[in-house]
Amino acid sequence: MATVAVPVEQKNYLNAEYGIRSWLFTTDHKRIALLYLVSITAMFFVGGFFALLIRLELLTPAGDLLLADTYNKMFSMHGQVMVFFFLIPSIPAVLGNFLIPMMIGAKDLAFPRINLLSWYIYIVAAGLYLWCIFSGGVDTGWTFYTPYSSLFSNTHVIEAGLAIFIAGFSSILTGLNFVVTVHRMRAPGMTWGRLPLFVWSHYATSIIMLLGTPVIAITLVLVVLERTLNLGIFDPSRGGDPVLFQHLFWFYSHPAVYIMILPSMAVVSEIIPCFSRKRVFGYTFVAMSSIGIAVIGFLVWAHHMFVAGISLYSALVFSFLTFLVAVPSAIKVFNWTATMYKGSLSFSTPMLYAIGFIGLFTIGGLTGVFLATLGVDVHVHDTYFVIAHFHYVMVGGAVLGFLGGMHFWWPKITGRLYPEGWGRLAAVIVFIGFNLTFFPQFILGYLGMPRRYWDYSHMPEWQGLNVLSTAGASILAVGYLLPMVYMLWSLRYGKIAGDNPWQATGLEWKTPSPPPTFNFDETPIVTEEAYEYDKMPLPEEVSLER
Amino acid sequence: MASNHALPVDLVYIFLVVLSAVMTLGIFATIAVFGLKYRRRHGREAHQIEGSLILEITWSVIPLGIFMVLFGWGAVIYFHERTPPRDSTEIYVVGKQWMWKIQHQEGQREINELHIPVDRDIKLIMTSQDVIHSFFIPEFRVKQDVIPGRYTTLWFRATTPGTYHLFCAQFCGTEHSGMIGQVVVMNPSDYQNWMSGGTIVGSLAQNGQTLFQQLGCSTCHRFDVQGRGPNLTGVFGKPVQLQDGRTVLADENYVRESILIPTAKVVSGFQPIMPSFQGQVSEEQLNALVAYVKSLSQAPAGAAGTPTNNPGPAANQ
Repeated sequence: MATVAVPVEQKNYLNAEYGIRSWLFTTDHKRIALLYLVSITAMFFVGGFFALLIRLELLTPAGDLLLADTYNKMFSMHGQVMVFFFLIPSIPAVLGNFLIPMMIGAKDLAFPRINLLSWYIYIVAAGLYLWCIFSGGVDTGWTFYTPYSSLFSNTHVIEAGLAIFIAGFSSILTGLNFVVTVHRMRAPGMTWGRLPLFVWSHYATSIIMLLGTPVIAITLVLVVLERTLNLGIFDPSRGGDPVLFQHLFWFYSHPAVYIMILPSMAVVSEIIPCFSRKRVFGYTFVAMSSIGIAVIGFLVWAHHMFVAGISLYSALVFSFLTFLVAVPSAIKVFNWTATMYKGSLSFSTPMLYAIGFIGLFTIGGLTGVFLATLGVDVHVHDTYFVIAHFHYVMVGGAVLGFLGGMHFWWPKITGRLYPEGWGRLAAVIVFIGFNLTFFPQFILGYLGMPRRYWDYSHMPEWQGLNVLSTAGASILAVGYLLPMVYMLWSLRYGKIAGDNPWQATGLEWKTPSPPPTFNFDETPIVTEEAYEYDKMPLPEEVSLER
Repeated sequence: MASNHALPVDLVYIFLVVLSAVMTLGIFATIAVFGLKYRRRHGREAHQIEGSLILEITWSVIPLGIFMVLFGWGAVIYFHERTPPRDSTEIYVVGKQWMWKIQHQEGQREINELHIPVDRDIKLIMTSQDVIHSFFIPEFRVKQDVIPGRYTTLWFRATTPGTYHLFCAQFCGTEHSGMIGQVVVMNPSDYQNWMSGGTIVGSLAQNGQTLFQQLGCSTCHRFDVQGRGPNLTGVFGKPVQLQDGRTVLADENYVRESILIPTAKVVSGFQPIMPSFQGQVSEEQLNALVAYVKSLSQAPAGAAGTPTNNPGPAANQ
């Protein structure tokens, strides 16, 4: 690889213009992706701070660090910030935004101004949410269950509800932009069958964003109206139904789980072929399983409500459908593993994250099967088992995918390599810290520890596992902070990456790093399938120094 | 095993743990073996493989088959958990921020404690007077949300005397984690002793009868002649023909709704003239009224407080 210093004059999207205005008024999808990256990282640390306080409180059985009300706000705002302001926008709005146009050979998304608008909407929503936090916060849990949220909570439910309502439009516009872009902006020769799986998975994600998000938006507006105008939709004393809220909430929020995990699957589907030097195993099945997940994912919402008083027969139907949605996820895991068969494997940082993803997502998925099994769900529902399960999917899956993707495309985004040794170390720390944090929670849940408990002094036998979990969380925190440090360091001191340091396939690697403002000097013409790794040379061995 | 549900739930749970362990270790081991065997070396190139339809079908169909077994297995347990035996002992539960209030048929009342005899089918008829709570006894492997505005039920048969944790599992506000208590499972003789202790003012149904008079229900719902409201004798547990042509089962939720929102389901042949008692009766009083109306179907009219082991005319749910 030629490591000739890139002449400073070479224009790319980063040095094309300077000044704050050139960022705030940009319509370049790559710059908008970076705006998102900065904003969601800030929100991640806000949510992480709340998680820290939760874990510290649970270190001892007594409720001795925070007040009960404060604790309730901490887990509520941890969930809301992480779900609505970090996980949902994370991969789509950063990596999806940056990469989808490049992967399909387009100059930008279909609606560049709408893309910028969606970031501004996100910022307004996040600003409103921060204001909600600083004016006292909200304590409804991230789920806003009525009638607690509508009639009983004395906290800032309206601000939080409106903030998430507004954030929803950001998500809808991003989804709209991706759908139109994938349909209309593909370069000549980029047929649907040649699309990188990253694009397929984001396409499925975008469909969910478009169809699901309006439902949560309206539902939260109903809660806001119930509080302000006293509508009575969810108030049983006036003929309303509090459980109706749960149906509406989960109609979005279950598919939202797939908004968070499908983009991670998108990332893993790119990394594994690259570091195996192989075409992905069963391309069509991996692509179609994304669509399958998106479709069936809309039909399983009431599996969150098996003990909420729904009818026996509807519980049976939703349990059945939930088992069905597990099949396409299993197909993906098997295909990724099979991709490594007879490959030429190297274990750079992105690959470590991808393998970590497979392992943790497998555990997350299998424990989802526990929850789909009706008799078992009755026992472990609303316990730490559920907490552990969805953190295996949301952190072990979504966050590891995000970190893996950030490392994989960092050279493309910044033009510099991150220090490989530190990268691998951080990946291992994240994996260990994560398991230590969340595995004990499966056991706690089976023992009966309900979620959202501030004080467990009557059950001191739960302390040991909680101490393990808190210890794990502090290791995990180190694993999150390390990449922050070395990636910022690499912006200035990292080695020059070159156009394609991984020798990866995909159009995004066929343009300079960092890419020019309009991605390609000439519109590329695609003549080959995705993942033609047999035609690519092996990458230069990456040195572990620094 | 502390209850009749515990063993079936634990068996499927153990099966799931083994299945998950095998699957997870299998995937990890496969990756580890591939990682060693196919790590990048000079002179060895990746072997390009498109995929395999047979493999895809295999690893779709086998998980699907296992999932269907699990679906059926879990469903059978759930069906059993949701179908209380007809002759269960009924106990009323009211959740409120942040305590559990228990009303026994015989008149005993408790807070945050539930005393029950061993080896008897117990059916809890539960509601909340404020937000949603969830009645959770981990060692019994049972849980049911307790919802304002209607009854939900939970049943079990405790099999080992002892004291067990009772938790609220649905977040309900400040003292959610303090909404805990205990279930005391007693030998029959201890239970008899416990039942005969304390001061009790009449059975639940008798209290309901008193309320029925005090609230003036009896002016319209008469037993001697046809009043302005239907005669309630023998109504509970039977289908009721409504004015709009529908037929509903007169269960606890129907009686409850008819007291709070009388116009919601008007009985055929009657006028919607009954006033609402919303806000005038507490949840505990409602339970007493429901128990009274129920007693009218179990024995000659008005003879409330009779033993509850008479076979009802129909299942309650």
